[in-house]
Amino acid sequence: MSVVEPVVELARGLWTTLRMMFDKPVTIQYPERKKPVKARFRGRHVLKRYENGLEKCIGCALCAAACPADAIFVESSENTDERRYSPGERYASTYEINMLRCIYCGFCEDACPTEAIVLGDQYELSFTDRHQAIYAKEMLIDPILAGATPTPQKTEPGIFTRSVPQMKDPQD
Amino acid sequence: MAKMVSLIIDGQPVSVPAGTLIVNAAKQIGIDIPVFCYHPKMEPVGMCRQCLVEIGRPVMDRATGQVVMEGDKPKISFGPKLETACTTPVSEGMLVLSQSDKARASQKEILEFLLTSHPLDCPVCDKGGECPLQNLSMAHASPQSRFIFDEKQHAGKHIPLGDLIWLDRERCIQCARCIRFQEEIVGEPVLAFYQRGRNTDIFTNSEPGFDSVFSGNTTDICPVGALTTADFRFGARPWEMKAAASICAQCPVGCNITFNTRREASTGGKVAIKRVMPRQNEAVNEIWLCDKGRFAYHFAEDAGRLEKPLVKKDGKLEQAAWNGAIEEAGNKLKENKGEVVVLAGGRLSNEDLFNLKQLADGLGGEARLYTSMGGGELTASYGVSAGTNFSDLGKGSTILVVASDLYNEAPLWFLRLKQAAARGATLILANARETKLERWSKFVVRYSYGDEVETIQGLASQEKIGEALTTSENLVVLYGSDGLGLEGSSAVAAACAELVKGRTGKPNNGLIGVWPHANDQGAWELGFQPADDLAGSLKGKTVYVVAADPAGDGPEMVEALQGAKCLIVQELFLTETAKMADVVLPAQTYTEREGSFTSGERRVQRFYPAVTPRGETRADFVITAAIAKELGLELEDHSASLGMDRLAASVKAFTGISYRSLAETKEQQPMVGRADLYYGGTTYENKQGLGVTLALADLNPQASFIKKTESLRPDEEHCLAVPVTCLYDHGITVATSALLRSHIREATVLLHPETAKKLGVAAGEQVDVNGYPAEVRIDATVPASVALLPRGSGFPINAPAVAGLKKA
Repeated sequence: MSVVEPVVELARGLWTTLRMMFDKPVTIQYPERKKPVKARFRGRHVLKRYENGLEKCIGCALCAAACPADAIFVESSENTDERRYSPGERYASTYEINMLRCIYCGFCEDACPTEAIVLGDQYELSFTDRHQAIYAKEMLIDPILAGATPTPQKTEPGIFTRSVPQMKDPQD
Repeated sequence: MAKMVSLIIDGQPVSVPAGTLIVNAAKQIGIDIPVFCYHPKMEPVGMCRQCLVEIGRPVMDRATGQVVMEGDKPKISFGPKLETACTTPVSEGMLVLSQSDKARASQKEILEFLLTSHPLDCPVCDKGGECPLQNLSMAHASPQSRFIFDEKQHAGKHIPLGDLIWLDRERCIQCARCIRFQEEIVGEPVLAFYQRGRNTDIFTNSEPGFDSVFSGNTTDICPVGALTTADFRFGARPWEMKAAASICAQCPVGCNITFNTRREASTGGKVAIKRVMPRQNEAVNEIWLCDKGRFAYHFAEDAGRLEKPLVKKDGKLEQAAWNGAIEEAGNKLKENKGEVVVLAGGRLSNEDLFNLKQLADGLGGEARLYTSMGGGELTASYGVSAGTNFSDLGKGSTILVVASDLYNEAPLWFLRLKQAAARGATLILANARETKLERWSKFVVRYSYGDEVETIQGLASQEKIGEALTTSENLVVLYGSDGLGLEGSSAVAAACAELVKGRTGKPNNGLIGVWPHANDQGAWELGFQPADDLAGSLKGKTVYVVAADPAGDGPEMVEALQGAKCLIVQELFLTETAKMADVVLPAQTYTEREGSFTSGERRVQRFYPAVTPRGETRADFVITAAIAKELGLELEDHSASLGMDRLAASVKAFTGISYRSLAETKEQQPMVGRADLYYGGTTYENKQGLGVTLALADLNPQASFIKKTESLRPDEEHCLAVPVTCLYDHGITVATSALLRSHIREATVLLHPETAKKLGVAAGEQVDVNGYPAEVRIDATVPASVALLPRGSGFPINAPAVAGLKKA
């Protein structure tokens, strides 16, 4: 082994270091800068609304049934034309997801017959105690769009007569 | 023994009695032929066509009448068309193919038809998850329909059939199970079809709608979500709930039930009962329940429940710790040793009553049952024996019902006796007024109120009735307290006992009391007896009232309790009696703990805990044992099972009974409650025990017990006021159910039209009965000069009395 060999090896290593110093960095300055998530990212759940402000969720609890981690709890009640939350016969009066249990598998999305629950792009979940990890309906549901009435709405009788609203072909 | 017939279904040989339907024969060997309209408890109709199968029969030689052989096998000829397995009885050598291509294709096509207008709203349907149509669609149906989607019919989705049952017209598949149930099994045809073809609708032809106390059963047997209960509407999904076996505590029938429970946000994360479902016990309730049993369970979760012990301080009840309250109660009982009355209600379990009896005996006090009906020592001695089953009563059996309106007092017995009569049993009804069961009776004996005993004694001398009573193979006598008080019913019991005395010990023979509470029979068996003069016997005594509300029943008892030296009350609610107490101890309901009841048929049955106990409440036997400990008595204070062991060791009739023997089951026919919900409905299979019938007590009650009660005969201006039982009364267990509230009668007085005319009152008017207000109802079935007053509706009436009616 000559004396030159280690020096060459050292120089080659340092060359890589030098080269990378002028490369575009991969790391970003989180939380000042945030990377946009991919289209099919599965983050915290969101309960969707229709354009008219009514909730898409009909309280069928199929998400809870599909959930492999038993993270979802649903209690449903009946809609009336006086107090209407969703277009169907029933709505979720209690909707809770335990984010500590959730494994973000997206089975709830698949099970949902009305596309009401969607795994959104929120991934910043941190809690200081276990109770905070339980997200109630108010925390999960979409805000009301401008111009739409908040739920419960008072609706005309005879409009919402189906127990599950008519669905178009599913869109991604 | 019926002739056995051998046949082959899907390659499996089976031998069944002649006359068995193919669908039931298949069931024996574990083959499920899908059905919708067929129900094992009802006559087959073959309406839905889901059970079509290929049937081949051996070819007979016309000349010789012998089976034509093909080699060593008989030649089988298949018909050109499929046949319904639910209407075709088996025949010798039959070959049934339920899984052939042809049969499978038809099953698939029938489902396609049924789904043409079915809304497929399974996600929100209360039946979703336990729905035969859903299951069979998953198993047999095609994912595509050839029908045009736009021709799908839409119909009313939220139609009330009465206030307990909702109808969803879209979901109905016109199987007529509900209609047939009401007609065949209950005998109240209040449902019917309207219009034809695809427009066929279910409607109710009664006013008020669906006027039957068995309406809830139609939701169990409905193979789709067309009929659902208002109580459970959107309550939970079926798969989310746990099942806890229990016994209904509303009447002496002792129906086997299942509580479906789950944890709820509305109860703060605690376990809540979501619905009551029947549990099969073919000897008790088969697979049915009455609406009272199904909907009146809400009292356990009522906000008014007592949660902490209360002790009276300076004339006011104040919350106290258990230790202090028990010590206080113990001291009160100690102070007045020997002068103690334990007054127990009939809704306590056997274990509770046993501890109470031990305590009373240990203190040298009296153990009293608070009831308005007597004769329990007779039902304990001459009651029905093991093996008794109303389903076995048919031709050759005689059933005598005395002074009881079974439809209101014990609805399931009404249903089962009605069916026994339909099978050919001789049903004899003796009552002062017309009751619903009379339509199916062979003989009706009408007497005037007050003449009960003479009437029963005279029955044997009547030609045809006497013959039916003496020569029949089986004789069951049921007596109630329709229009009778304690004395009257005791006398009736004694007279009835004379009729069955020679027959005791045989199954399906004996005397049955139609008690006002679930465990009155158990109390009698354990030696509790009502006091002849209860009010008088309380004076100066320390009274320990458990699960009874005497003060709520009238001013006489309020006065009597005020005369008591000290009052200890163990209750669920702060009742009128509890308000007067020195110490109030909060007890648990039967839904929160273990125990056993003795039914009117003397069957001991176990119930299991379904929900977590409220607040600091304790089980009744535990509280009693804690008090006893203060007094130096050692009673079972921990386990109901060990309590039963001690009870069985000391009470002869209970010998050999343990929680293990009560939990024993055997296979019952028909096989319901398995995975094939389409066969028997959503009733539960019984895996938790069929119960054990008590041995007959050797009490040998003396004939001197028959007291001659004086018949009251009112004069022209007065009426004879008699108490009768209404199914839905103001009792705390019923009144707390919001759904049943509209069914509970306000204080009413029922009068014959002539009597009303004579008194100058009209229907709907307010009258004054002995100082109590009531609304007049006119009913032609009420005898003349008699005013019927429902028990527990505000009148302090426990026995017949002369009453003056005045316009208010």
